[in-house]
Amino acid sequence: MPHFFIDGKKIETKQGKTVIEAAYENGLQIPHFCWHPELSVSGNCRMCLVEVGMPKRLPDGTPEIDDNGNPLVNYIPKLQIACATPVSDGMYVNTKNEKVVEAQEAVMEFLLINHPLDCPICDEAGECKLQDYAFRYSDGESRFDETKNHKDKRQKWGPNVMFDAERCISCSRCIRYSQEIAKQDVLTFVQRGDHVTIKLFDGTQLDNPYSMNVIEICPVGALTSPDFRFKARVWDMSFNDSISFADSTGSNIKLGVRNNEILRIEPRTNPYVNRHWLTDDARLNSYEFVNKNRIIQPLIKQGAEHVPSSWQEACQAVADGLISFKPNEIMFLASAKATNEDNYAFMKLARQVVKSPNIDFLEHIDKSFNDEFFLAVADRAPNTNGAIAVGIKSEESHIKAKELAESIKKGYIRALVVLEEDFKNHEHIIETLDNLEFLVVLHYNHNKITQKAHVVLPASTYAEIEGTYTNKDRRVQHLSPALVTKENLRFMGMKMSRLDKFGAFNDKWTQHELRDCKQSWRIIANISNLLGTDWKFKNSEDIFEEISIKIPLFANMSYDKIDEYQGLVLGKGNNPDPKLINYESHVFKPE
Amino acid sequence: MNNTKNTEVERRSFWEKLYIPEIAKGLGLTLAEMFKPKFTRQYPEERWEPLGSYRGRPVLVDDVDGERCVACGLCSRVCPALAIEVNADETDRDKERFPVKFEINMLRCIYCGFCEEVCPEEAIVMSKDYELVFQRQEDAIMDKEKLLVPVAQLQDRLEFLRQYR
Repeated sequence: MPHFFIDGKKIETKQGKTVIEAAYENGLQIPHFCWHPELSVSGNCRMCLVEVGMPKRLPDGTPEIDDNGNPLVNYIPKLQIACATPVSDGMYVNTKNEKVVEAQEAVMEFLLINHPLDCPICDEAGECKLQDYAFRYSDGESRFDETKNHKDKRQKWGPNVMFDAERCISCSRCIRYSQEIAKQDVLTFVQRGDHVTIKLFDGTQLDNPYSMNVIEICPVGALTSPDFRFKARVWDMSFNDSISFADSTGSNIKLGVRNNEILRIEPRTNPYVNRHWLTDDARLNSYEFVNKNRIIQPLIKQGAEHVPSSWQEACQAVADGLISFKPNEIMFLASAKATNEDNYAFMKLARQVVKSPNIDFLEHIDKSFNDEFFLAVADRAPNTNGAIAVGIKSEESHIKAKELAESIKKGYIRALVVLEEDFKNHEHIIETLDNLEFLVVLHYNHNKITQKAHVVLPASTYAEIEGTYTNKDRRVQHLSPALVTKENLRFMGMKMSRLDKFGAFNDKWTQHELRDCKQSWRIIANISNLLGTDWKFKNSEDIFEEISIKIPLFANMSYDKIDEYQGLVLGKGNNPDPKLINYESHVFKPE
Repeated sequence: MNNTKNTEVERRSFWEKLYIPEIAKGLGLTLAEMFKPKFTRQYPEERWEPLGSYRGRPVLVDDVDGERCVACGLCSRVCPALAIEVNADETDRDKERFPVKFEINMLRCIYCGFCEEVCPEEAIVMSKDYELVFQRQEDAIMDKEKLLVPVAQLQDRLEFLRQYR
């Protein structure tokens, strides 16, 4: 294994690594704009200039040593870019000496010459690499007093990407991303010198299903999303780790929340799942239902109207309803959109308490999303594998979810309990629900199904709960709450942004709707305890502990361990994938 | 030791105990003050016009071509009392961002002037307005309509600020 020295520190690395990679893997960050570990090296930002040299050798091959016993180093007279310089054995690299600092200041001065410096307006401010580096690696002075070069602002590159040419520092990350990762080669540099800008080829658009990742990797605010543009400042939001709800990829995400509303979803690096990327669909279509049209209290149908009620009344109504039918007349419809914990509790209620043989769930397959790229998958529910793994198997159910519509029509099924299911892609079932004598729905939004329900129980969405999803590769991943409900109010206090945390009752920003919804397993446990059981789960972790004891696939798993290894594969609780170093483009590492 | 001895009353002299000369002395002082110049004024008939350096109610500058604020949110961030709330959106103007909502909760404001100091656009300044009376708490939350003040009325403050830039 070759070893080399960065600022005198000895570093072991693999053959063929570049200086910047080897440094990053050892916790040293060399400033850079255009380098990204997933993309090819272009070396055009010049920010990662370092001094590189090899020790002088005597004719017999031994290193020449000065009077103090230190080896004499032959430095290359010109600085080299760390992103394109492969490490060779015994190499000396300086990243902090006078020459390098001078070069970094010069590069920053050059980059800022035509940059509009409109940070107060720019959305990237607060998480901008250029801003951070200007603070740390620039001497803060510009000798440029000519007029700045103006370019086109507000260019629409595609349905989900806006481009501001003035802010662009021509790092070419977006060009390389669309060529190499998204495989849609539509971007290119045009013009020369300080007039250089990025253009789409004539008649093309950046409209691939992964286009919004260019916004993520853009080191400055040149690329923005029309969806989020100017909505909030980065420092006003809290970012909480979660797992994507959009599909069974289980992409790791961060939820950007302000005033108890999700404003944006961005990817979180997980080398085993989504690497650095996220589909546009997962970014855009999995937060509206969390923010809007929510059921905020339990509802019971009296006549044709839904009447708000207390949790006690609503759960009692469900318990009374369930006893009045024969167990095999009741169908329990679990969900691929609910967590492992919720599905487990639901299954326990169905099999052990009500003793119904009918428990199944609907799959959400939409072939239009399938392509050769690894992120977009046809399975549109986040936890299909998890539902199966906790023991909800179609073949074990007397009446299968596929036959549900028919069974209701024929009168085999007279009561139905629906867990977080919206019957998307299964619309034919919705009409038959009118034939049911008793319909209980646990859901977050008002929709056609909740309209027909006799009891509606407001469930918390994925953004408000603690739990686990099992993705398409059978990887169990942990999601933690990002939004406040009445249930998690005390617990969430510390995770909120500054404004949410310290607001008083007469501050406008704290006057958001506080929803009285509960995580599904809590509702299920309430009902179950009214039917005579004695479940003592205090939090999701208790349920997960029981799952890990009772179900061999989940053996040796715990939330802490899942967090530590960024997810554990089913059946491999004891032998997790090795931890890898996660590159975060916009995380500015303190030294 | 007996502590009741050597009290205030016992220490007084004979003339002091009489009180009458003391009353005359006091009245003399009052009489003398009547002929000295006055420091008070007949507020609200007579008003005080503060100097440019005075930090009154923070206001938004309404420039000739519209509001200066670009809703960067720095004032809201720097405010130690969390009095300011800004919500931004996009406009067609050159500076693409503008505040759809700009609210200062005057019950929270402590008139420190940090918002003015941090503002990159010189859009929020401390005015000379010191008369703040509210009938209800809701009235104390000032929206953009109440906050926007024409730039002509703020010249004193803007000049004062320029001295220290």
